Formats: sequence, structure tokens, C-alpha cells
Amino acid sequence: MLAKRIIPCLDCDLGTPEGRVVKGKEFKQIKYAGIPWELAEKYYNDGADEIVFLDITASSDRRETMTDVIKKTAQSVFVPLTVGGGISSLSDARKVFTSGADKVSINTSALKNPALINEISEDYGRQACVVAIDAKRRYDHLDGRITVKTSLGECWFECSTHGGRQFTGMDAIEWAKEADERGAGDILLTSMDRDGTKDGFDIELTKAVAESVRIPVIASGGVGKPEHMREVFQKTKAQAALAASIFHYNEYSIMDVKKYLKKNGVHVRI
Amino acid sequence: MIAIIDYGMGNLYSIKNAFEKTGADVRIVTDANAFKDADAIVIPGVGAFDSAMKKIAPLKQDILDVVKSGTPFMGICLGMQVLFDKSAEGKAPGLGMLSGNVVKLPKTVLSPQIGWNELKIKKHISLLDGISDGDFFYFVHSYYCAPKDKPLVAASVEYGTDVTAVVAQDNICGLQFHPEKSGPKGLAILTNFAGSVKC
Repeated sequence: MLAKRIIPCLDCDLGTPEGRVVKGKEFKQIKYAGIPWELAEKYYNDGADEIVFLDITASSDRRETMTDVIKKTAQSVFVPLTVGGGISSLSDARKVFTSGADKVSINTSALKNPALINEISEDYGRQACVVAIDAKRRYDHLDGRITVKTSLGECWFECSTHGGRQFTGMDAIEWAKEADERGAGDILLTSMDRDGTKDGFDIELTKAVAESVRIPVIASGGVGKPEHMREVFQKTKAQAALAASIFHYNEYSIMDVKKYLKKNGVHVRI
Repeated sequence: MIAIIDYGMGNLYSIKNAFEKTGADVRIVTDANAFKDADAIVIPGVGAFDSAMKKIAPLKQDILDVVKSGTPFMGICLGMQVLFDKSAEGKAPGLGMLSGNVVKLPKTVLSPQIGWNELKIKKHISLLDGISDGDFFYFVHSYYCAPKDKPLVAASVEYGTDVTAVVAQDNICGLQFHPEKSGPKGLAILTNFAGSVKC
């Protein structure tokens, strides 16, 4: 039986030579959590099942830095490495793979050009293409949407881009299905309603998407404590859970979380 | 020196990095002259069976000769599948070093299998020293090897059926999972392999 995966996510600002892991991008107060490959190695040693680097650099001179960061990480981290942020073509993806990444995560670029999913998947295999969906609840304009009856009322989920600042009108469940058909290997599903709140995953969103696709869903957004991970694995078909801040400041170690999950009947790799 | 044969199927740097982490002297090679005198040979590979066989064709005889001479040999993922006679994924014949076929994962499970699965050890071999039943390894595949001689199977995983994970016969071994992406346990297997090689 496949283990449920626990995945730390490192938001990387690559505006400096070594790059920096940041937390709090949605707030004015940005905190620095460390150097990307050092943190990645620490998480690897602590039992991470995969590592995700998300490039949130605003400047355009970041590509060389990302190549270095990936190369350094691949020398000491021996679990799958996913890189996302700013990958908009097959040639961008190729650079990331050649540096040593195993998967790329695409969001805005896939919504603009869905064929990119097919291209990456055909060249590198389905497992190498993660489609990231940032979904926001909408309680109005329900006509023609795939709706879900939630505790707060009936809603649909809209795909957003640019870190939740822009909206596309695209139905997240519809888009997840299309990504699956086009050859995505995982759906990285982030709730924009929960991201940064530490109130727990959006269970209703995760459940709806995970039951609509045949590929693994990585739940993301809102995790504040190990109980939230247990809840998402026990109430939905999510195959993985992604978290950032609870790991960055040593609130919980990855091994603490995995031991807690195992004790509570969730199948994890220890 | 351990030679990793680059025949154009997938990125080999992760495997090279992982072997280097174990302290082994490892090189990526592309032609027969470069691996003829190697102390051990590794064939990785990600992709489709037929294109792998097409790309490996120019090296086929040299690989068979080196293996016949007793050089330790490891096939990883698709590099394990090409060791067999044929595959349901394609029409091209395999290298035929091990007898048996490569078959599709059952329809009852999602394919490809992507993720960490628990090893069931069938037979103790030195390659699996330090590995226990229930240790997890990272898999990415849609087809798996069905050896003619069942005792060839040293370990398997449960994924809709009993899926061959490790095979070993004389100087040849094959791993369906990716040891270079399987954390400390994967590195332990590569260390065992490198340790069994006189270099």
C-alpha cells in the first residue's frame, strides 16, 4: 500500500546569490527562514517524502540562481524534488530537470496554455508534471458550475493565479479533471481561503477535487498542527499534505508529525 | 569505477549524485570503450520500452559481453525491465539476460504507481543488507517484471498484485524502484552494491 506523503514547501526568494527561504509573502513582514538547500537537507534528514521549492522571486534574473539551488540540493537530498514558479514553457521545464529536479509544478502557465501539461508529461513522464491549483470559494454565480454543498452554503471553486491576486473564472474541479486527462501526475491543491490561516485544510474542497480525479491530490493551505493532517487524510482521498510554516520555525518536526499520524492510523513512511 | 551507461533515456545525475554520496567512484559513460573495463555497470532509464531498446541497440553486444564476463550489473526501473525477454509495452525484444516478460500493472489500481511502497523481502541477498520488511521505497512505473523463475525475485511490493521490486541472479540485479530517490534506505542499497564491487 502506498504511503501518504508529507511534503515541506520552501518559498524561495532567489534575489540573492544563495537564495533565501521566506515565509509570510502575503504580509508586509517577510521573515527569512534559511538557505534553500540547507533547509531542504534538514527536512530530508527529518523524513520528508518529497521537497517542493516554489520560486516567488519578483526579479527576472533568478533563473541562474535556481539552477544552482537545485544542483546543490540534488547533491544531498535523495527524495523527489519538485520546483515551481515561473515555469512557462517546455524549455523552462527542461532547465529545471537538467539541474536535478524530478518534477515541475505549473499553475498560471498551464491555465494559459493547457497543452504544456501534455508536452511535459510526454517528454518526462506523468509523474514529472504537477499541476498546482489555487482555489477560492465562490458562493454566487453558481449556474453552470460544479457546486459543493458546504457547511457555509453551496459554493463553487474558482482558480486564481499570481498568488491569489488574479481570478480566472475557471472552475477548479473542472480544471483538475482536465489536468488529469492531459497527463498531470499530481494536483497540488491550495485553498486560498485557508492559506496562511493555520485553521486547517479546506476539507470540502479537497474531498470534492480528490473524488473527481484519478491522480493523487496534494492538500495544501491552512495547516497549523498535526491534527489537521490527520483530518485531511481521514476525511478525504488526499494522498499527500503540503506545509510550510509549521516546519520552518520548528513548531513541529516532520518526524513528530509522521509519528503522530502513524499512531493515529495513517499509513506513513517512518 | 562504477559506470552509469547514458543511452539517452532520462536524467542520470541523481543516480550519479547518490552513488557519490556513498563514496563510490562513479562515471557517466556513453560508449562501450568507457565501460568495458568498469568494475560495475549501472543501467538506469525512464521512458518507453521500445525507445529504450532502440537507443541501447548500438551498445547491446558490448553490454551482453561485459555481463557474461561476470562484471556486477544493476538495472534500475526501465533499466531493470530491459534485462528481460520482452515487454507488453512494446514490440522490440529486450536484452534477454533474465528470462521472463514485463507486464502491465493490473487494471484495478491507478497506473502509473507513483509513490512510496513497502518492501516484502522474499529472499535474503547481500544487496538488501540492512533493509527490513516494511521499509519504503519510491516507485514510478506502469509495467513490472514477471520473471520465469520465481526464485529470482528477492523482494516485491503489494500494488493490486504482487509486484516484483528486486531481482537478482549471479552478477545481475534489478530494482524497479528508484534507490536514488528512496532516502537513506535507497542509499543503503547503493552502498551495498558499491561495496560488493572491487574498486
